[in-house]
Amino acid sequence: MSERTITRADLAEAVYAQVGLSRNESASLVEVVLDEVADTLIKGDNVKISSFGSFSIRQKGERVGRNPKTGVEVPILPRRVLVFRASHVLKDLINGKISTE
Amino acid sequence: MTKSELIQRLAEKNPHLYMRDVEKIIDTIFDEISQALARGDRVELRGFGAFSVKVREPRVGRNPRTGESVQVDGKRLPFFKTGKALRERLNGGVDHGEDDEGDED
Repeated sequence: MSERTITRADLAEAVYAQVGLSRNESASLVEVVLDEVADTLIKGDNVKISSFGSFSIRQKGERVGRNPKTGVEVPILPRRVLVFRASHVLKDLINGKISTE
Repeated sequence: MTKSELIQRLAEKNPHLYMRDVEKIIDTIFDEISQALARGDRVELRGFGAFSVKVREPRVGRNPRTGESVQVDGKRLPFFKTGKALRERLNGGVDHGEDDEGDED
């Protein structure tokens, strides 16, 4: 496996190549898309991107945890966590069952 | 929110862009992430989260009912870990730390 790390800059470059906007605007639009997804999740709505996957918010109640080093019980406070579920299309793509492009 | 609603909202907020360009931008972003994962690459979007691929090796499993052993094929699974900034924003600015698995920031 190649094992590169893709970042915002790579996404911006792809948008630049595909859409034909300036590099600057491409970079800021990547940010705008990520912000819109994040803001929607923060409001408590789920985000479903067909053939990619869905992001949903799960509310977790308080539970008792334990410090693994000391064995002392500590309460784990209630919190909201983000869960991503990949679509079947993405899972198949990753397992080489669909060709890339 | 679905992908088409996301396109709609971004088009409304960016009236200087054509709707078809907004659609292309969103498709490009998610396609890039998908293709990176298909190559076995990692996608790290600081503050938002990181996508990676976890490899499950082939193993000999057992049918719990019959006790029969079966060969379970290996597979690759996409995985997402929420970034620190987003995790905090989901909880009104409080960072409760990593929840269960993975590592990013």
